[in-house]
Amino acid sequence: MNLIAKRYSVLPGFGLSLGYALFWLGLIVLLPFAALALNASTLGWTAFIEQVSAPRVLASLQLSFGAALIAASVNALMGFLVAWVLVRYSFPGKRFVDALIDLPFALPTAVAGIALTTIYAPNGWLGRYLDPLGIKVAFTPLGIVVALIFVSLPFVVRTVQPVLEDLEKELEEAATCLGAGRWQIFRRVIFPAVLPALLTGSAMAFARATGEFGSVIFIAGNIPLVSEIAPLIIISKLEQFDVAGATAVAVVMLALSFFVLFLINLLQWWTARRHGMK
Amino acid sequence: MSIEIRNIEKRFGNFTALDKVSLTVESGELLALLGPSGCGKTTLLRIIAGLEQPDAGQVLFEGRDATHQHVAERQVGFVFQHYALFRHMTVFDNVAFGLTVRPRKVRPEAGEIRERVMQLLKMVQLDWLADAYPAQLSGGQRQRIALARSLAVEPRVLLLDEPFGALDAKVRKDLRRWLRKLHDDMHITSVFVTHDQEEALEVSDRVVVMDHGHIEQVGRPDDIYEQPATPFVTRFLGDVNLFHGRVEDGRFTHGDFAHALSTEAAAGNEQAVAYVRPHDLDLARARDGALAAGTVEHIHAVGPLVRVEVVPERGDAIEVVLGKERFRELALVPGEQVYVTARKLAVFSGDYAI
Amino acid sequence: MQTTESRPVRLALTALTLAFLGLFLVVPLAAVFWEALSKGWDLYAAALVEYEAWQAIKLTLIAAAIAVPLNLVFGVAAAWAIARFDFRGKSLLTTLIDLPFSVSPVVAGLMYVLLFGVNSAIGGWLAEHDIQIIFAVPGIVLATVFVTFPFVARELIPLMQAQGQEEEQAALVLGASGWQTFWRVTLPNVKWGLLYGVILTNARAMGEFGAVSVVSGHIRGETNTIPLHVEILYNEYNFVGAFACASILALLALVTLAVKTYVEWRIERQHAASLIRTQQAREALA
Repeated sequence: MNLIAKRYSVLPGFGLSLGYALFWLGLIVLLPFAALALNASTLGWTAFIEQVSAPRVLASLQLSFGAALIAASVNALMGFLVAWVLVRYSFPGKRFVDALIDLPFALPTAVAGIALTTIYAPNGWLGRYLDPLGIKVAFTPLGIVVALIFVSLPFVVRTVQPVLEDLEKELEEAATCLGAGRWQIFRRVIFPAVLPALLTGSAMAFARATGEFGSVIFIAGNIPLVSEIAPLIIISKLEQFDVAGATAVAVVMLALSFFVLFLINLLQWWTARRHGMK
Repeated sequence: MSIEIRNIEKRFGNFTALDKVSLTVESGELLALLGPSGCGKTTLLRIIAGLEQPDAGQVLFEGRDATHQHVAERQVGFVFQHYALFRHMTVFDNVAFGLTVRPRKVRPEAGEIRERVMQLLKMVQLDWLADAYPAQLSGGQRQRIALARSLAVEPRVLLLDEPFGALDAKVRKDLRRWLRKLHDDMHITSVFVTHDQEEALEVSDRVVVMDHGHIEQVGRPDDIYEQPATPFVTRFLGDVNLFHGRVEDGRFTHGDFAHALSTEAAAGNEQAVAYVRPHDLDLARARDGALAAGTVEHIHAVGPLVRVEVVPERGDAIEVVLGKERFRELALVPGEQVYVTARKLAVFSGDYAI
Repeated sequence: MQTTESRPVRLALTALTLAFLGLFLVVPLAAVFWEALSKGWDLYAAALVEYEAWQAIKLTLIAAAIAVPLNLVFGVAAAWAIARFDFRGKSLLTTLIDLPFSVSPVVAGLMYVLLFGVNSAIGGWLAEHDIQIIFAVPGIVLATVFVTFPFVARELIPLMQAQGQEEEQAALVLGASGWQTFWRVTLPNVKWGLLYGVILTNARAMGEFGAVSVVSGHIRGETNTIPLHVEILYNEYNFVGAFACASILALLALVTLAVKTYVEWRIERQHAASLIRTQQAREALA
């Protein structure tokens, strides 16, 4: 234990706690990853490319990433607005609204899925008004975007909110003293200060949206080449005992998650290094 | 530019921050607002800046009413206690901010802005840090950048909120001297807020002592120190010994002792308190002209001054500060019985100076 | 000070926000209860007491009852090691703990199929000994543990780091043993953070769909959790049944939000109190 402990501590239990934590981490997280890695490595490069470039797979990956990107962008804008209103303005029921923001985290995705489908189906609460206008939401890619907006809604709000709260009033006062107007203060003082958090939150929303399954499959309609998402491809390949194909798609999705994770860490490291004032 | 403050009142809920405060700041002077926390000094500064609106009263700039003028139009420079530097901008961009947010018509050209910013950075001796971010600066450097930023817009008045509050003792002393010199070079009307009496007395042309939303005294630093107008000012400006007694026939009596007063004192027989600074007290072995008597309890003889604690039979311990020379001359030993004499005392009856 | 927008702007932005949240959060939530009760209370109650629904509820409770304590103990152990000691690879460990959050639930399920499925080395050995993990209850529990793995640790680590270890050191100096210190000093200090993590773990454990869906095999009355049962009923056009089961989960979500809000308020208060205490101690020293 002294081999890994960098500094002496009077507190006991280092070996026990770290050992236990590593054991469970290995069993629950690392072992399954190893299984995936092992399967992927036996796949071979050509087979992998072949699997991934199949038209149906390619379409599903495009759809998953594209819809996630649109949903994350909508949430970047609307999430920022929600955070802004919650931090800066007061209105009746604000505490309630604030608590409600986390609903997509708390509500099981399948429940969200059937609820959204019912609402946006052509005869649903909203669908019946949208349908005559030629807007079809349920069973189209648009429905997927709606579901993804729902599940990734809290990320941007919850990352931007604390930053807006911590923004010293003095900064705005200083800018006002120096002659800046409201819009200039927003554009040049507030927005740049919040931008790292906004990007982090949007990236998290994007990562979550790409992998989302439960809320999407009901509303998507799952039409091959049109509204079939990548996680569904994995499941249907698995049901056809095409383990290799499922693994290939999973590897692409995982690679993207890790890339986003890496970007988020890079962004946070960069922000902390440059602007991290003690 | 001169500033006139007329009967300013400001309340926060039930708390009265400023109660009918009037004050004139002369053109080109460096004025200190001094007082304990919660005395209203920062509120007054923020009202002058326009960051806060008074509930009643007026603020006049050069004789013109500015009470309802927007901050941005007042042309004031404000240095915040924690500097409020924009952390996502470089030092250069911070200083240039006030110029670059001007409407296009009156905005100086990029080259001109660059020149002016670099000139200011040279003035605060930090031109080599133009491309650094605030996070990379020390406290003292941030302070100077905040000052340069507020000066970039060529303000008519410079307002500083606890400018040295967040710095450690050594840096604080250097910056104090530097601010004084800067002010002497630029002669811009400046007001700063502080709770540190040493700072106020050392740096400013005039000091305004405040307490509980009132102005207690306004005056030159030496006047304030030598002739404090109220018991509060006396206590606030430094250590002081209190002697409770009476004023009668031009004398202050304390127990069995009496001290002749130089001023024409009230003839009446009044309860009074004499305030004497430790270094205005002396010790003697003779009773002549003494104000109290007691036993030498402690002698702290470190440094150029010697601190002697004398405990009288009744009442609080008396602190006496002697020079090394005088101390040697007296050859005091702990436990010895001595008399305390006062060179100078400030006597107050109630709130009145006598 | 004039550090806010004009009234019409404020009103417009607030209205826009509330409209957005109403459309995306309130309407779906209301729809669940509305649809569940659309055919009256009798059908609603009947849908819930049905055998398969009841089995699904039981399985969901079992999975949560195993996953939550496991992750609780793991979270406390990991937080103790990470927040109280310095060691090499600490940031790597923190990243690895967070890993399950960045994996699609479906991919997570797939990984377990690859690990324990009949084609794998372990799966083959297990099949020989007649132990079934995939398409059985153990697989569902494992998938649930995986997707809820980081919650408790993630809440505790920053909290314990912020609190510092002075109080524990004081306890040790006063002669307490390691366990005594843990039970009487550490745990009371982090109890609200712990509860917070447990609530989030529980909500996710009971509601997980994607990962569980892959490993369950959808055997009615045997390997269906409530979310999976909802899917089956919905696909059979039994909307009342589907929404009735969904309404239980929606209620669970509302309770989670309520408790979470309360706990957040407690943590905030505790944090404010400890800040005041530190400040007072500093002033007393100054």
